[in-house]
Amino acid sequence: MTTKNILLTGVGGQGTILASKLLTEGLLSQGYDVKMSEVHGMSQREGPVLTHVRFGEKVFSPIVEAKRADVIIGFEELEVLRNLEYLREDGKGIVILNRVRVYPIGVQNGSEKYPENAAELISARAGKMVAMDASEEARKLGNIRVMNIILLGASVRQLGLEGIDWGRIIAENVKPQYVELNQQAFELGKSLS
Amino acid sequence: MKQLITGNEAVARGAWEAGVRFASAYPGTPSTEILENIATYKEIHSEWAPNEKTALESVIGASLAGARAIASMKHVGLNVAADPFFTFAYIGVNAGAVVVTADEPGQFSSQNEQDNRNYAKAAMTPMFEPSDSQECKDMLLEAFEISEQYDIPVLFRMTTRVCHSKSLVELGERKDVPLKPYVKNIKKYVAVPANAGPMKVKVQANQALLKAYSNNCQWNRLEMNESGIGIICSGDCYLYAREVFGGDASYLKLGFTNPLPDDLIREFASKVQKIYIIEENDPYIEEHVQALGIACDGKNIFPRNGEMKPEVIRSVMYGEKYAVDDEVRAAVIPRPPTLCAGCPHRGFFYELGRRKNVMVSGDIGCYTLASGAPYHAMETTVCMGASISLGHGAQQVFDTIEGNKMRVVSVLGDSTFFHTGINSLLDVAYNKSNLITVVLDNRITAMTGQQDNPGSGRTIQGEITEAVSIEAIARAFGFRNVRVINPNQLAEVKQALDWALGLQEPSVIITRWPCALKKQTAIDQEEFKGSFTSVYWVNEEVCIGCKKCTRTGCPAIVFQVAKKKSSIDPEKCVGCSVCAQVCPKQAIQKVEA
Repeated sequence: MTTKNILLTGVGGQGTILASKLLTEGLLSQGYDVKMSEVHGMSQREGPVLTHVRFGEKVFSPIVEAKRADVIIGFEELEVLRNLEYLREDGKGIVILNRVRVYPIGVQNGSEKYPENAAELISARAGKMVAMDASEEARKLGNIRVMNIILLGASVRQLGLEGIDWGRIIAENVKPQYVELNQQAFELGKSLS
Repeated sequence: MKQLITGNEAVARGAWEAGVRFASAYPGTPSTEILENIATYKEIHSEWAPNEKTALESVIGASLAGARAIASMKHVGLNVAADPFFTFAYIGVNAGAVVVTADEPGQFSSQNEQDNRNYAKAAMTPMFEPSDSQECKDMLLEAFEISEQYDIPVLFRMTTRVCHSKSLVELGERKDVPLKPYVKNIKKYVAVPANAGPMKVKVQANQALLKAYSNNCQWNRLEMNESGIGIICSGDCYLYAREVFGGDASYLKLGFTNPLPDDLIREFASKVQKIYIIEENDPYIEEHVQALGIACDGKNIFPRNGEMKPEVIRSVMYGEKYAVDDEVRAAVIPRPPTLCAGCPHRGFFYELGRRKNVMVSGDIGCYTLASGAPYHAMETTVCMGASISLGHGAQQVFDTIEGNKMRVVSVLGDSTFFHTGINSLLDVAYNKSNLITVVLDNRITAMTGQQDNPGSGRTIQGEITEAVSIEAIARAFGFRNVRVINPNQLAEVKQALDWALGLQEPSVIITRWPCALKKQTAIDQEEFKGSFTSVYWVNEEVCIGCKKCTRTGCPAIVFQVAKKKSSIDPEKCVGCSVCAQVCPKQAIQKVEA
């Protein structure tokens, strides 16, 4: 198989780290070679987070090349837009879009305008866009924090990775009291995708 | 068992497996997690050092005393540690010693993009350059062997992507490496001219021996394919090159890069038609290959700055165009990092930014963000500790101007003060400049992710230790004008600045309040009782929409453009009250429980 390229993009505190951890654990359980790269630094200070995940038989570079991302898992609209030039251009690129906006400081203080048309711009460039308000769905499940797992479930469906025992992967990587909730969130994400 | 771990974790694991007993570092991106992970192994005595020089010097001592030892630092940290590094190469080791340098092609969180491979060449130390996590571990184990075999410290050069990328690593067991007895050996360990001369001869002779090793070791290898294109590369550049060329090129993959393997390079050159050198930063390999009389392309076509990402290689080699999406780029707005809600630097910079006839000499830490909007209250940043000494020099010159009104305010954090600012403060005391030094003491090393330091009262392992007093240091240096203030109280900040600006003598202001992200100790909780426990709200009926509160730059404040009213995100607000003090209408009030 050719190496698959996935990007997770969002802002600090949205749970991209756990989502990418579960994703890589699942991929490893299938015997894939996996590499992952994160840009560290400013996520605790309201900055963006971008995680690269690549898997296949043998992976060399840990970072996704421009115009070669198969899937962008977008936790926040502006951050997807910021990284949209990573998406493959042959009409086969998939974007999982969380319809959530986290305003940067410039928007908060009224000096800048949030791109209202982000979803349209993304949709026009993606082969397929799966949009959902995962935060709202998570709230309905009773815990806003499982938003990341809903998005993961949706992504797994789009990546065709449903054969992996995700229930077990979740059980092994989250605190016991949250296992069931996370498994529910995961299934919900799959069904919304 | 294989695990998916970062290069930094792999180095820590490698140190443990290599039988390392002593480790020291000063935090610095992208190297910080090396020592943080080493410290999780109880067999290794781990220490945060005040700076990289003291870290390396204690590693020298540990090696001489018979323990395998490791120092890790970011690239610019090795500048600070360069003095001991060069002479450590001369005196050599007792037990093996490795110095990890984490370089930053792309400058994600650094003030420059220097290539520390040049240090290995200049100091004549052996050097490894791993490309993935497995190599980080394997090469580190070998580095200790080389260090002992050739009686010399080894430079271990990583880059941001190697440090922070995860790949699979086969874990091993810890080797039992007993302490080596310390033997008094003045000729070996005292680098006075009479001894250092022969030492240098030994180091030079070592280079010849290491060249043979370089030609024959497993870390430098040919990967021949049916292609006339030959790529010479090291570190993560090998992975990028493999990604782009795959089987359409042959490779000379270099993992041991000082001294470089002349024979292997010549052999490779004889087997391919055209050589490309793919390396980040300086033409380190390229200049060597050219000196061997071998024609190659390198920095004449590839950039010397930034990361050598696959798209960079592809666009240079194949002319692949990465079309810019103008519509998307026009829509994207920045998401700059900000001082956190409740950051104790906010109130200080809000006040400082309003002063006229002041030059703010800055330093390296979260507070460097004060150079940006909305504060614009930092005018220089060079290197750790420079705020004070640079400010000192500037103030001395300003004061030679007749009728001078310019005052310099030097601003740095507690950890940066302990790092090298402390030396600079001596300069001020001794040479009597009229400098205002401000130490933003947030009780932790915040920027790199909450590491303890000499002022925090705790070691890396969480043991209680002496909490060094910055105030006592300033007074011991002879400063008569020292004040400790709460930076969240704007009136106090204003008064302290008025006081300092009115003095004809140097002064030291210490702002003492913990970082909003700090996990407070019992001592902190006692001293800063009630901190970060309240929330403020905006009474919209009173708010006049003047936006003064937004000029504090707090990420908890949201200005509602349509309503022309401010609001506060209760999820983010931690009750520092700075915005409430700024509000001219008392529209911002504490939420009563």
